[in-house]
Amino acid sequence: MSLSSNDIKVGETRESVLVEDLKRTRIVQYAGASGDFNPLHTDERFAVEAAGYPGVFAHGMLSMGMTGRVLTDWVGPESLLRYGVRFKAQVWPGDTLTATVTVDSIDDTPDAPVAHFTLRTVNQNGVEVVTGTAAARLEP
Amino acid sequence: MTGQPIPQPFPVEAGHIMMFARAIGDEHPAYQGQSALAPPTFTMASAHYDPDYHLRPKPDEEWFGSGGGPGVMAEGGGGLHAEQHFEYHRPVRAGETLYAHTVPGRSWEKQGRSGRLLFSERVTEYRDADGEPVVSAVTVAVVPEGPATPKDAR
Repeated sequence: MSLSSNDIKVGETRESVLVEDLKRTRIVQYAGASGDFNPLHTDERFAVEAAGYPGVFAHGMLSMGMTGRVLTDWVGPESLLRYGVRFKAQVWPGDTLTATVTVDSIDDTPDAPVAHFTLRTVNQNGVEVVTGTAAARLEP
Repeated sequence: MTGQPIPQPFPVEAGHIMMFARAIGDEHPAYQGQSALAPPTFTMASAHYDPDYHLRPKPDEEWFGSGGGPGVMAEGGGGLHAEQHFEYHRPVRAGETLYAHTVPGRSWEKQGRSGRLLFSERVTEYRDADGEPVVSAVTVAVVPEGPATPKDAR
């Protein structure tokens, strides 16, 4: 069941804490579910000694997947038309992520009203880790 | 998700959706049960069904991660995911099989802080058994030119 166009206004925002103190195990869980076993994300020794990073870091797609919840909890999981992000900074174990979604505009289309959103996920230092846009179909 | 000549079957299974939804921390009831919907980023998990997927260890093949030693950066292994875009033609549901077909998209370069950055797109169309488009996905990867160097501290 999607959201009605009466229930959403341009400029409205929703904020959600996606994860507190991200654990390495959680990154392993995402690797298993997604099938992306890049050792950069799960193999500390590889990440440090072979790849030259300070340690393992989360899949961008884990951050995008978590960020999607702030959207689907609002508009419903069946009504998304588009969802796209840019990965701005890495997400490290121990990070706490907060996502904000804002209604940019609502357009009438021949089928149904469509809401356009901007998304922004920041870490505990306020650094943007994911930014993006999305669109969802609304009930007339 | 390399450019396979024929579309890759991707059976969408309820248990797989459950595991994926748990991994992204989403307990929405729509993602549970035999007729579960898939979360918006779920089609990435089609990697499990790509026989040539390069980010999965395989028996009897050299794996680039650590074992007795730290491992080695594979060619292009310094690459990172820069952007990801999805267009949804309809929701994905447990019990159906999607067919993923990936082709290279645009490629371009940009001057970064420490050298050239090479960007490239992979475009994957997920179609249903009737050939109807379900999800269109664009992955943008970025690879720094030259050998891997120590990365920025966190």
